[in-house]
Amino acid sequence: MSVNPKTPNPTVRNPLSFLKRYLQGACAAAALLLAAGSLAQAQDLNALIWCDHADPALLQPFEEANGVKVNVKEFEGTGAGLAIVEQSQPGDWDVMVIDSIDIPRGVEKGLFEPLQEDKLPLVDLFPQVKMDSSTVVDGKRYGITEKFGYNTIGYNKTKVDPADMQSLAALTGDKYKGKIAIYDYYLPVIGMAALAIGKKTAELTEADLPAIKEELLKMKANAKLVGEVTASQTALATGEVDILVGGGEWVTAGLAKENPALDFSIPKEGAVLWSQSLAMFKDSKNKDLALKFIQYIMSPEGQARLATSSCYWGMPANSKAALSDEQKKILRFDEQPEFLARALPYPAPNADLDKKMQDVWTEMLQAQ
Amino acid sequence: MNSVNSGRALPWALVTPALGWTLLFFVLPFVAMAVSSLTAHEGGGFTLSNYSQFFANPSYWQAMVNSLQVTAIVTVISVLLAYPFAWILAEQVPERWQRLALMLAVLPFWTSYVVRSYSWLLVLAQNGVVNRALTGSGLFSEPLQLANTRLATITGFVHFFVMLLTLTIFANLKQLSPSYRKAAADLGAGPLRTFLHVVLPLTLPGIMVGAFLTFVLCIGDYITPQILGGNNELLMPQLVMMQIGRRGDFPLASALSIILMAVVTIAYLACARWLKIERA
Repeated sequence: MSVNPKTPNPTVRNPLSFLKRYLQGACAAAALLLAAGSLAQAQDLNALIWCDHADPALLQPFEEANGVKVNVKEFEGTGAGLAIVEQSQPGDWDVMVIDSIDIPRGVEKGLFEPLQEDKLPLVDLFPQVKMDSSTVVDGKRYGITEKFGYNTIGYNKTKVDPADMQSLAALTGDKYKGKIAIYDYYLPVIGMAALAIGKKTAELTEADLPAIKEELLKMKANAKLVGEVTASQTALATGEVDILVGGGEWVTAGLAKENPALDFSIPKEGAVLWSQSLAMFKDSKNKDLALKFIQYIMSPEGQARLATSSCYWGMPANSKAALSDEQKKILRFDEQPEFLARALPYPAPNADLDKKMQDVWTEMLQAQ
Repeated sequence: MNSVNSGRALPWALVTPALGWTLLFFVLPFVAMAVSSLTAHEGGGFTLSNYSQFFANPSYWQAMVNSLQVTAIVTVISVLLAYPFAWILAEQVPERWQRLALMLAVLPFWTSYVVRSYSWLLVLAQNGVVNRALTGSGLFSEPLQLANTRLATITGFVHFFVMLLTLTIFANLKQLSPSYRKAAADLGAGPLRTFLHVVLPLTLPGIMVGAFLTFVLCIGDYITPQILGGNNELLMPQLVMMQIGRRGDFPLASALSIILMAVVTIAYLACARWLKIERA
């Protein structure tokens, strides 16, 4: 009575056969779309950027003033950005946004063009964020810090006691268990774990990793999630969590209008200073335009637009940024000297330690 | 003689574009990935360390275990939900409404994968629809943690793959000749026996095709676990992406991808007899 499924049945065609006819049309449509995409390419300024530079409010004034088009490609993570460059032809890209600490990686690969310091507003930058140890290599400046902020404790001040947020110990205690999210980027959060156990971020070695791992595991045990930028922001904004480890003005400031209860603290142990820089490619075919773009981004107007970009807010590196009073208040502009004095540099491990740090992070993520 | 040669040449000429496409977009990238996986990240040169890292590091190994568990659960649940759905569409819905019903069934396909995942995140959130219903009805006094869990990842996957499986099983059911059921009835089989011994075995190819596609797409998916899982555990695609983000460790990412592909190949071999495409 039963039918052996192994026996081919002439009346029942495999569903793949049945559906494959419809795939032909889809393939043709995809080919047309690809062809249309390639025609859309323009030749003006080509920028490898983070999402904050994709804001039309930032790019349009430059495009209109110079009669050019800025073609942008977003990426996340220096590794991914450098991979895009390696897969491109020399001259395809003009400028790049990069973690300030990673500028030497680009210089080592021979990618970047030295910048003329006299054409940049270096004197207007907050001195602590010039990051010359990274942005200057062999006496030549290869990058300029454009935006900075803190990986610290972001929180909802109506849900937690702001006094508790003055110490990193609150992240590993029982009081806020299940109310915490951790920003999913190993370097700054490892930096925070290091601060919590009394280590300096600039002096971390492999010997510190076991204690850091222990601290991370305590944080994870209290955490509801470990999320990238959007997930972290969403969790804090929707009340899924009340505290974001690694959060700061880059999470709270952009949401201030919708949710003024969000704030950040610089705990007594300190916070991790993040900064992003602009660099120009050595093989750029539009070096003059690239310099103009960098000058625009570093101008008071460009800095204000970048600082309040729709993707995420952050402190402008230029202390003369043309921010409104309200924007300055949201960014806590006037408190920056105190914050900067208590902030420690981003961990900048060598390749070997970097790999080991990432493995510690992987273990933390897998811990149940 | 010439006509014989031209007769042989024509099929090759017709198949050449497909072969070229496969060579260009599958074979060459695969070879490049295989070569990369055998290259040291620092300094280049041949090495097997990218593979040995996977087997030596319990966190990496755990990612594969997590992926297999999640994929197996998703595949089983999706089949169990999709089969009755497809059967109702094929057997119970009048012919003239089937097209509309099928279109409605696959409507969620029309929305972006990312948007759909974020929608689930909001539905399952602490203040989301599900938790409000549970606490509002008095079933639970406190909201449950539904978002940012494995359960959320599985929910997001199942929502997507039930539709896919419904399509393959529906296609299979529609091709099934009614004479099989009539013959079974003539021989005294009741509806249940007919289903278990005739319909189900004959629709097994549809189930296996859908299950295999579910397995392949699910085990390689990065977006859903990343958005819905809350990174409370890592699956293989997330582990692969981690190697690329900051460090740009493409050799290790390639090795992990090859290992993932080996698992998919094993799954294919297990299902191969049901996946043969017949000539129209």
